[in-house]
Amino acid sequence: MKFYRSHILIGIDNTSLEAGVKEIEAALRTELDKNNLSDEINILETGSFGYFGTGVSMMVYPEQTTYVDVKVEDIPEIVEEHFLKGRKVSRLILNTNLLKKYNFNYKRRIVLDNSGKIDPENIEEYIGLGGYEAWEKALINLKPEEIVNEVKASGLRGRGGAGFPTGLKWSFTAPIKAEQKLVVINADEGEPGTFKDRLIMEGDPHKLLEGLMIACYAVGATKAYIYIRGEYKLCIERLEKAIAQAKEYGILGENIFNSGFDLDIMIKIGAGAYICGEETALIESMEGNRGEPRSKPPFPGVKGAWELPTVVNNVETIANVPAIIKNGAAWFTEHGVEGCTGTKVYTMMGDVNLPGLCEVDMGTPLRTIIDQYSGGMKDDRKFKGALVGGAAGVFLSDKLLDVKMDYNSLEEYAAVLGSGAILVMNDDVDMVEMLWSVIRFFRHEACGKCSPCTKGNEVLYTLVSKFRNGEGCEEDLDQMIEISQAMLDASFCPLGQSLIMPVKSAIENFREDFLMKIK
Amino acid sequence: MKTLADLKKIREKAQQEMKLRSSNTRIKIVIGMGTSGIATGAREVMKTIMDEVASRQLSDVIVTQTGEKGLSSMEPVVDIIEEGKPTITYGNMTAEKARKMMAEHVVNGKLVNDYVVAQN
Repeated sequence: MKFYRSHILIGIDNTSLEAGVKEIEAALRTELDKNNLSDEINILETGSFGYFGTGVSMMVYPEQTTYVDVKVEDIPEIVEEHFLKGRKVSRLILNTNLLKKYNFNYKRRIVLDNSGKIDPENIEEYIGLGGYEAWEKALINLKPEEIVNEVKASGLRGRGGAGFPTGLKWSFTAPIKAEQKLVVINADEGEPGTFKDRLIMEGDPHKLLEGLMIACYAVGATKAYIYIRGEYKLCIERLEKAIAQAKEYGILGENIFNSGFDLDIMIKIGAGAYICGEETALIESMEGNRGEPRSKPPFPGVKGAWELPTVVNNVETIANVPAIIKNGAAWFTEHGVEGCTGTKVYTMMGDVNLPGLCEVDMGTPLRTIIDQYSGGMKDDRKFKGALVGGAAGVFLSDKLLDVKMDYNSLEEYAAVLGSGAILVMNDDVDMVEMLWSVIRFFRHEACGKCSPCTKGNEVLYTLVSKFRNGEGCEEDLDQMIEISQAMLDASFCPLGQSLIMPVKSAIENFREDFLMKIK
Repeated sequence: MKTLADLKKIREKAQQEMKLRSSNTRIKIVIGMGTSGIATGAREVMKTIMDEVASRQLSDVIVTQTGEKGLSSMEPVVDIIEEGKPTITYGNMTAEKARKMMAEHVVNGKLVNDYVVAQN
């Protein structure tokens, strides 16, 4: 066994890659070499630490010192002071006042419990933290129907946005007799402002694989696909590595652990169309067709990709499965609230002190999420509203700050949890501009298959632009709600159907913003 | 193809290697690495301690360094910190003394009184 007295974990994500993390890592290795420290100190790459806007960050164990915004020219100082002489370089340490405000909630994490702590490109680190124990348990000790029942009992619901019970979804496909069944992971993550799946895959790719393997075994699928958007280069790279390692270790492949079960996992790369996040459009795209939604029924669970029974699940949903199988449904239901169990990963953006990821129990109110887990409002500004659930989400006003954030409680206020993107806005933000950019997005992404959505978006865009130019009138507001209601009734798929949420909530909750623009 | 038994072995090995990143450590060994510490051979002492940790597969020990603590005449200085016990400071350490300290104190819990310069 090689003993290192210190581990340096470098956070690799898109922010840090852009800030030149690779050069900094190379410089660090050279500098450690120069000081004969390379056999004492281990450098590892890990996923995102969960906070952003701090350039390249590194965490030094065992002291758990976090350095942020590290530049190449800081490296000699860090090596000489910290690693040679044992004195921390205080000017680079993450602002502790800010850190004190920030609660990483490590104890309650399920999906992100390894992110920022392990080297995602090393399967042994995942295994060392109990990884693939659930897969072993499922394959050797459990029957497929027992797994389906356990997931049902856990109350796990789809984390992609719609919140459909996962166990129930599996139970439709599991009993079907077919030569070939499929499980597809929806890693398209097109919802604006959502980047949770990306960081799950970057930080802990094996967790997704393990969950996927269990799902395949539970529904009787011997082939699985991960449909991932092409922009997620780092995710693709890490997942490919993870799949290769799992095969090498005999965790994936033919006759796994002598159980007689075969499984292969493949990656399909999408081209970044928003519509392909909808499961039937995703399936069309996988088959090589134009990404347009299909009519349901038949549901994919019965007749999906290449007419085979296909279960489509979101990344975060599946990343919960290993913990459920390992610790049991009862343990899982201790997290969250009744009817909505477990945790939720949110992507925090906008006017908060520490934007980034946070994983908290379902049912945690928005106020708590902002104040405790995101460092509070930036510059102590007043909270005006939040766009929750991405573009297809709802503009919440400060009246709903204390509502429990879970599928059921939000529904009472005609709001949705959606994908878990939360855009926080201070009192400077103009809601007309916000709604305009949301509608502009949908107008661009409408796929053209059905008229209510294509035309509806066009008209909405014209109307909201009128307010922007100071040409709107009160009747236009009523008309916008009316049109989005018609889109809800008549659109073919959730894309057009969801416009009602941002449009209605923006107009109802922030009507003054629109009226102010009327001359 | 690997078997379940192999997987178990890998798990145990990886757990040992990652112990550093958990907070469950029994003993913290702190080596003074200020200018005078380094000048009198603290690096060699540290290397020896690390070798010992590796060869004895001690998974509940962390090795870290600190700056000058005001005992320049007794450098290299090594502190052994255990929860609920007084901190033991060893002075004038050499590689050989460090090896003895590891065997007697860290592994068997017996102080090497000849080398102890302070207890607090």
